[in-house]
Order: sequence, then C-alpha cells, then structure tokens
Amino acid sequence: MIMNSRIPPIDNQSQEREIEGMNAIEVSQASKSFRGTRAVNDLSFTVGTGEVFGMVGPNGAGKTTTLRMLMDIIKPDTGEIIILGEAINEETKNRIGYLPEERGLYRKITVSESLAYLAALKNIKRRLARNRAAELLERADMLQHKNKKIEELSKGMGQIIQFIATILHDPELIVLDEPFAGLDPVNTELLKGFILELKGQGKSIILSTHIMNQVEELCDRVLMINKGQAVLYGSLGELKSRFRNNSIFLECDRIPDGLPGVVGSKNHGKYLELFLDGQTPPSKVLSALVNNGVTVDRFEVSTPSLNEIFIQVVKEG
Amino acid sequence: MKKTLTILRHEFKQTLKRKSFIIITIALPLLLILGYGIYQAVQHWYEPSEPQEVKIGYVDEAGGFDEYTTQQDIAFILYPSEEKAKDDLLAGEVEEYFVIPADYLSSGRIIRYTTKSEFEVPGKIWRSIEDFLLSNLLAGEVSPDLLERAKVPMQLLTVELAESGEIATGQDEISKFALPIVFGMLFGFALFFSSGFLLQSVSEEKENRVIEIILSSVSSKQLLAGKVLGLGAAGLLQIVIWFIAIKIFVDAASVNIPALSNLSISSSLLAWGIVFFIMGYILFAAMFAGIGSLGSTARESQSISGILVMPAIIPLWLNYFIINNPESTFAKALTFIPITAPVTAMMRLSRDAVSAWEIALSLAILAASVVLAMWAAAKVFRVFLLMYGKTPSLREIVRYVREA
Repeated sequence: MIMNSRIPPIDNQSQEREIEGMNAIEVSQASKSFRGTRAVNDLSFTVGTGEVFGMVGPNGAGKTTTLRMLMDIIKPDTGEIIILGEAINEETKNRIGYLPEERGLYRKITVSESLAYLAALKNIKRRLARNRAAELLERADMLQHKNKKIEELSKGMGQIIQFIATILHDPELIVLDEPFAGLDPVNTELLKGFILELKGQGKSIILSTHIMNQVEELCDRVLMINKGQAVLYGSLGELKSRFRNNSIFLECDRIPDGLPGVVGSKNHGKYLELFLDGQTPPSKVLSALVNNGVTVDRFEVSTPSLNEIFIQVVKEG
Repeated sequence: MKKTLTILRHEFKQTLKRKSFIIITIALPLLLILGYGIYQAVQHWYEPSEPQEVKIGYVDEAGGFDEYTTQQDIAFILYPSEEKAKDDLLAGEVEEYFVIPADYLSSGRIIRYTTKSEFEVPGKIWRSIEDFLLSNLLAGEVSPDLLERAKVPMQLLTVELAESGEIATGQDEISKFALPIVFGMLFGFALFFSSGFLLQSVSEEKENRVIEIILSSVSSKQLLAGKVLGLGAAGLLQIVIWFIAIKIFVDAASVNIPALSNLSISSSLLAWGIVFFIMGYILFAAMFAGIGSLGSTARESQSISGILVMPAIIPLWLNYFIINNPESTFAKALTFIPITAPVTAMMRLSRDAVSAWEIALSLAILAASVVLAMWAAAKVFRVFLLMYGKTPSLREIVRYVREA
C-alpha cells in the first residue's frame, strides 16, 4: 500500500537544470585537519548524477567530516569541491538535502511548523512546502501527527520526520549520514523504499554507513575511507571481483581427481570449498566436472561480502 | 538576505510564543495596575476614618503634669492610682496608660502599659506623649510661640544649586530618582532578557542537533544575523510595550496621584534610549550568541554567561549611587566600559547629567566593541556550533578564534 503512492517531484525545473552526464559531486585532493589530526587526507572522488553512492568506513574514519565539507559546514584546508557543477553557494545549497548523523529537531515546535521552517530555509514557497509535506507525511503514514510536537513522538518517528525534512524541497542531491541508525525494521523498509524511489527519479544520493549489507543492497558505487584516506573506490561488482579469494563452493556427489587449477580443498560438511591457483578460470573447473559426469547441485564462485572486504582492508590498513 | 529574513521572522515568532517572554512582558503593566489599585484602596480606606478621640490614662507620681491634656485627638486622663488606671484599661475605658515616676525629671523614664502587642510604639502616640510632657514641663516658663517651636524645631527645605549658582531644575524627588531608576531598571531588564533569549535559542538548537541541518541551508553568518535581529526585534517590542504601559499609567494616575504629574519622559531621552538599547543589545547579543555556541547544552551555556552578566549588572546594583552622583568619576568610568555603558548612560541621561562628548565617546566605544564582538562571535559560532563534549576553556577559545 505504502509503495503505491509516489514521492511527488516539485516541478521539472530542477531536472531541466541538470546537464547530461555531469557529476553531482567532484572532490579533488581535499584535506582537513583538526588541531594537528588529519581527519581527511587527500581525498578525491566523484559522484555521478543519478547514482547511489555508498560511503563506508569504520567509526572515526572521516565520513562525517567529508560530508560536512561537501555541505560547506566546514571548509577544507586544501583541495577543491564542486557540487552540482559549481563551488557550493547559497543557490546550490537549496538543491541539496542533508540528513546529518547527529539527529534532532525542534522539540517544542509542531511537526508541520518545523517542516515549514526548514523548507523556507531552502527557499521553497510556503504553500508548495505545505502540500508536499502533507503528501510525504501521508506516505509515511504520519499525517495524523502533523500538529504534534516532536517531543511527543518516538525517536524513530522523529527520524522519519527528519528524513522528510531532508527531501521536502525536492533536492537533486541527497546526502544521508547513517540514515538507518536506530530505526526499527518497519521504518528501515520505509526508508529503503523512499531511497530507491528517489533513485528512480534520477536523484543523486550519497549514503554514509557502516552497515555493509545496506550498501550492497542500495549502492552502485562505493568509497571506503579509513583514517581519512580512500582505501577502496569503485563499483560494487568491480570491488568484489578484485577481492575474490579464488575459491569455489561445490555441492556434488563425488570429486574426480585431476581437476584443473585446484590446489587444495576444505570440507565444510554440506559443501566443499575448492581453492584455485589463481590462473585457472572457474569455468574450466565446471566443464571438467561436467565432462567427468559429476552431478553438480551447487557451483558458486565465492565472492566476499563487502563486510569481509571491509574487515580485511581495515585490518591491513 | 532572504534567508536571514526567514530566520529573523522565525526567531521573532518563536520568542513571542515563549511563556517566559509573555510573562515578563505583561508582568510590568499588571504590576502597575496592581500598584495603582492598592494605592486607591488604601486612600479609600483612610479617608472615611473620622478623627476618633483616643483616651490614654496616666498616673502622675512626679506631679505638675495636669495641663494640656488634649494633644491632637488624644485625650490624657489623670488617674490617682495605678490600680484604678489598670482597672479602666482592662475594662476598655482607656486605650492604654502610662506612669510618670517620681524620679522622672532626673531619669526621663516613662512606663507605658498597653494590652496590645506592638512591633514598636505608634508614632502618633509617641509624639502625643512627648508633646504632652514637653508642654507641661515648659508651661509658664516660655511663651506659647516658643513652646510650639520647641515641639517642632525645624521644617527642612533643601534647594539644589547648579554650578552656575542658579536653582537647579528637577528638584522634585520623584522625577529625580524614580524616573532614572525605573528607566535604568527596565532598560537593563529588556537588554538582559532579550540577549538571554538569544543565548537560549542558540544553545537549544545546538542541544537539539538541529543546528547542522540549519547550517546546511544557510551560512553561520546568516544564522547569527537572523537570530540577533529577530530577538532584538522581540526585545524592542517588549520595551515599547513597557513604555506605552508606563505612559498610559502615568497619564491616568496623575489625576489621583499628584506627585506623578511632574513625571515626564522627554522625547530626546526616548530617542537616546533606543540608540543605546540597540547598541547595547547587539553587543550583548553577539557575546551571548558566541557563548551559546560553546556549551553542549543550554544549561551549560547559561552558566558560562553568568560571568558576563555579573559585571554588566553593576549599574543596576549601584543605581542609587549613580543617580545621586551622576557626575562622579565612577559613574563616568562606567559610561565608558562597553558592557556597563548602556544602562549607566541611560541613568545619567535621565538625570540630564551627561555632556555631549561623553555620549559621543560612549557610543564610539560601544560601536567599536560591537564590531569586535560580532567578528569574534561569528568565528566562535562557526567553530564551536558543531563541537560537543567538554566546554572549551578560555585559552582554547582564543586560540580557535585566532586560527579560524
């Protein structure tokens, strides 16, 4: 039911402004230090228009500092940041939606008043903001709470309200810092639905998180930061194939001798893990199995989860 | 600019909705009405009380106290013995009685008996007994005129001279003291309240964590400007409401309270009041906004602000001294210290005791401090708004401001 209604775009003005193929964000060699500690060190990356870009890394890696630099809340010591084709200014700020990691809203003000004020700060006309707020609240099934004060709502509800405030002005670029932290499964699904739909509308989205399966589920490309530096950067598929650990999971009735390229094996009980030499493509192993008349129930090239890559990289780093 | 106006409007509206703002703003008009009501009630209560004769008994052991037995509306009744006097007192024939002992002339001692418990001897009774004794002591010794003068030896009249030797203007006690005190107090209150609201508004946004969302839409300078102007407008509104209330009250009440008819607020005083209020307010607002960004919670920031408020209220503590000695070196010095200047200048201005160069210098110092405070506040604001945890020390703040 929830998924049927759509997030209404304000108008197509913003879409018209977009130049085909332009990057939403271009960061080159940005650095930022706080009292001698390098929070971000020579970081470069781009976020393409219309992509969901995952920013991952352990706590204290410099994710929030990077996002704050993107938002012009803090200025980089060195380096250049281009947002929506220009250096950030008041006008570009109106086209960005930012959900900070530190959550909070005015506690004593009603939901609709808070939303109206935050929308006004993005230069949205009052009426337009009110209508869109009503539609978004309706979609989140929270319209009946619009005249309540934030302090009367649960924490998760407050977080959804804050997300609505982030996208109320129909921004082209949406920056979400740990949006799922503290949400229950129902609200997590609601938020995921919102994000996927915004992606469908061609919005550029940055998702900062340390929960890897959400990145795998939602993101096209990933930047992994550790100690303020980029340690991994690329498309999800690319990263996974790079970190493939040359093994195959196999379930079959028997193992013939002399399989090409297999240097070892490990019995996991239900299935077998074969280690390859790194030269032989897995397809050769499969054809050898078939040629030997083996009944194969499962043949899977092992790709590590982003989580495993993450842990591996952080440990190495 | 448009966003600054949006913030201004939001802050103004939110302040007007604050319970504390509403209470403080209407408290003064209510107090005036209440005060006037009490004054009227007391007047009304006193008027119909016809002069009732009070009887006081006395026992004359010293002898010779038998004349002048009516003083004002008190009748003194001689009793031959203390027992008789006591009986009549208990029977309610007399209000009280006193004994003039045999050794009165040498000791001056009078023993007074009453059935009422009193905090102190009522002034009227005290004076009447005194007059009665004095009249009898001097009876026949001096002329009646001299006797009257001995009872009230002086009717004091003080005339203040200006430096030129002419009689100074504004001799009336009420316009001399009431106006500057009231003016200075209200002015100081409005100043502290509105900058206090600013402190609260900044630190609440920080505590709520809304600040980061706001800063992703506007710059810290826009935010600072919007807040300072919005709350300043609210403070100005408050002070205007107060002055209108006072004006209406004075106009209405001066019919019944003659002393008030001498009270008038000149338009030049009002104009200076607005100038000093705006300058003083921006100075405090900038400082308080900076402080508001320091603490992690509103409570923390409030306790830091106390350090600034203490010296700033010196002129209010010492208002009597300043108003009495508006030309003293101390009062002059306070006029030139930025944080005490606005209130002191207003007190002295309402006494008409400031020269033009003093006003000019005071305003110049204020203007310079306003620029400095705004500059520092903008830096502190930017650096500390997103910093949580331990409240920074003064040395850290100075270091950050220099670096930022």
